[in-house]
Amino acid sequence: MNNAKVIVVTSGKGGVGKTTSTAAIGAELARRGHKTVVVDFDVGLRNLDLVMGCERRVIYDFINVVNDEATLSQALIKDKREPNLYILPASQTRNKDALTQEGVERIIDALKAEFKFIICDSPAGIERGALMALYFAEEAIIVTNPEVSSVRDSDRIIGVLNSESKLAKEGKEVKKHLLITRYSPDRVKRGEMLSIDDIQEILATELLGIIPESQAVLSASNQGVPVTLNDESDARVSYRNAVSKLLGEASDVQIPGTSKGWGFLKNIRLFKGETV
Amino acid sequence: MSIFDLIRFKNKNSATTAKERLQIVVSHQRSEQNQQPDFLPHLHKELVEVVSKYTDIDKEQIQVELQNEGDFSVLELNITLPSTADLT
Repeated sequence: MNNAKVIVVTSGKGGVGKTTSTAAIGAELARRGHKTVVVDFDVGLRNLDLVMGCERRVIYDFINVVNDEATLSQALIKDKREPNLYILPASQTRNKDALTQEGVERIIDALKAEFKFIICDSPAGIERGALMALYFAEEAIIVTNPEVSSVRDSDRIIGVLNSESKLAKEGKEVKKHLLITRYSPDRVKRGEMLSIDDIQEILATELLGIIPESQAVLSASNQGVPVTLNDESDARVSYRNAVSKLLGEASDVQIPGTSKGWGFLKNIRLFKGETV
Repeated sequence: MSIFDLIRFKNKNSATTAKERLQIVVSHQRSEQNQQPDFLPHLHKELVEVVSKYTDIDKEQIQVELQNEGDFSVLELNITLPSTADLT
């Protein structure tokens, strides 16, 4: 497709929700009728297949296609829930040196001919795997937790996007979106957690969405179902809103509200939870 | 968490501390990323002049890059000359 869009989901820091967000956003784009592929760039530590629930259907992978050991259509796994959704798994046995710029470019170009959205799930860090995941991106979703090390690493990866990406080398700019995950409105209210305004002031990047800390995320990954295709939940609502924003169908970002209920009792519960 | 921690919590908001620390570390990080000595554009200009004195070269074909590698920096010059036929 000539209007295909390559989007990298990145963060610098590990464990902030890149793979969860890739699966959720990719699945939601497909659910809305856009032909979408989610690509795992975490060679050697693949997990997107698990989160997508297709780990037993992986036969060929990204590196097999780079090395001409399989065709792209042999390596692509078609999702069983959404007809517009495909996944390209990473190799589990190789390391990131197997990713060559030429090889990645060839695959991205081939995917561009077939898909409307190509969502690249970056590995953590700022080394080869992460650089290859972001190199061909036109847009970037920066996944950030409201926590000091994650915000610092996000700032670092924004710097890398601004200097190491193909668009940056051509004197252009990768369009950047900030996705804040594991946000806890109650803790922000108590002054225990960085607020949305704090994070935006530091990173100066347009907000795409805010995903609350939610039990639904673990529950979805346990089952191998993207959050957006799973049962109704706060996280599902937030991810769907983020996709509306990504598609330009919504302009506002909804901030998750504080939980209702008897504050006094809630605090006692939290107090106990934190001392364990 | 003791009762004293709870009282102190009211006075010192940890999110504010986090924000202040981040602002400092991020501004430091950004200045490191953009570190480029002032002489680089001048050096580039003079190199173009010198090289084009002897060869018929496109100024786009001269690249000057400075890379920081830990304790030292590498100045990388990349000059692509036209084919040998044009040099004579």
